[in-house]
Amino acid sequence: MAYLELNNFTKSFASVKVLKGIDLSVAKGQVVSIIGSSGSGKTTLLRCINFLETPDNGVMTLDGETLFDSNQSKKDTDAILREKRLNFGLVFQSFNLFPQYNVLDNITLAPTLLLKSRINHRKQKELFLAEKKKINDEALALLETIGLSDKAKAYPCELSGGQCQRVAIARALALKPKVLCFDEPTSALDPELTGEVLKVIRSLKDKDRTMIIVTHEMGFAKKVSDKIVFMADGVIEEEGTPKQIFEKPKSEKLIHFLSSVNNKDGE
Amino acid sequence: MEFVEIIQMLINGFGKTLLLFAITLIASLPLGLLISFGSRSKFIPVKWFCRGLVWVIRGTPLLLQILAVTLIPYYVFRIGNTDITSFLGIKMKWLLFSYACIAFIINYACYFSEIFRGAIESVPKGQYEAGKVLGMTKGQIFKEVILFQVIKKSLAPVSNEVITLVKDTALASVAGVIELYTSAQSLVNTYVVLTPLVYAAVFYLIFNGLLTILFGYLEKKLSFYTE
Repeated sequence: MAYLELNNFTKSFASVKVLKGIDLSVAKGQVVSIIGSSGSGKTTLLRCINFLETPDNGVMTLDGETLFDSNQSKKDTDAILREKRLNFGLVFQSFNLFPQYNVLDNITLAPTLLLKSRINHRKQKELFLAEKKKINDEALALLETIGLSDKAKAYPCELSGGQCQRVAIARALALKPKVLCFDEPTSALDPELTGEVLKVIRSLKDKDRTMIIVTHEMGFAKKVSDKIVFMADGVIEEEGTPKQIFEKPKSEKLIHFLSSVNNKDGE
Repeated sequence: MEFVEIIQMLINGFGKTLLLFAITLIASLPLGLLISFGSRSKFIPVKWFCRGLVWVIRGTPLLLQILAVTLIPYYVFRIGNTDITSFLGIKMKWLLFSYACIAFIINYACYFSEIFRGAIESVPKGQYEAGKVLGMTKGQIFKEVILFQVIKKSLAPVSNEVITLVKDTALASVAGVIELYTSAQSLVNTYVVLTPLVYAAVFYLIFNGLLTILFGYLEKKLSFYTE
């Protein structure tokens, strides 16, 4: 049974139709990679899933609960929208770490703010401090997973791009999202730094996490994914296992896309 | 006249200058932030009111604005200054001083608002989006993520305005405030010597020197990160 399900997602910006009816289902613990050329709507789809854009049409359910339904006339309040967003984590292409906070604070800021909204930190000081310590310990454990324990007190400007992106992944994980999304996580990195980030993402797979990855790294997508979705011109042109997509592509567009990706070195 | 007496009078005037400077700064910085929000508001009347205010205030001399504030109660509302002082139970010099404060606060808030608006708009959109996907409220995003970056970006242009403010306080003399410049001027008129003006210049210079050092220190403090 599908864990995350999108039905007939459409989205236009002004008169440009970016998504033209997307149906997607993701099983729990599955890793889905979305590939396709620039402008095919991959990033927009991911932003719709994360409630950064509102689809014009469509229904989204997660774990049996309807999170979005364009037929419902009632608009979500900010509080409900925030709660829904927390089901998802998003790692951006450009990291978007908060420059004025050190690595540890970048990771703990959002969980601490959520804690403050639950517990009055003046009236229930002891409980607050205990919970806050838990958040800190979890953040330190996450730093260990991404191999940056020694950088807890460093500021983002002191880190390499690859290290920044690993911190951004830890920051997203700290809120324990049900679905973790990546928007071209290595596109802003120097080629020699992509490996460390991809390695971290791969290590998360072992832990049975549901992930949706928009990526241009075909080799990585092939290795890490349970399912590959190929998008072209705002529709899902073809989907299947990595084997089906990379070894037996059916549609013209996918065959063309794969051959142009393979020839990108100008051979 | 003794040197000591001259300095004594100048110090009295400088006290007024300092007070006007401090009140203007304390009130106009937050007011400027509010106006910058207004200028960016999606609610059109608020947006145009704020932008219109900034246009008028930046487009006319501060000297005229001070005059306008002092003259409006009588020429628009037909209320004399003596009526106001007796109603409020304050001395005339403090009423005049209040007029000057009002004009300075509005004027500087408008300049600060444009600095803040520029700084707010230069914070990358990704910072807001990162806050959103981390489940923060709009208020939290501004307070915890954006504000600090805005302060850092505003510091250099704000320090420029602050130094200008020190010298602009001399304009309060048109409202009848006896601040540093006016005290020096009156000494010149009484004793027909120019030296008090030179001393006044030294006062301004030293005070601005201290402010420059302070802002240099603050900028250094905030340079612990780059974007």
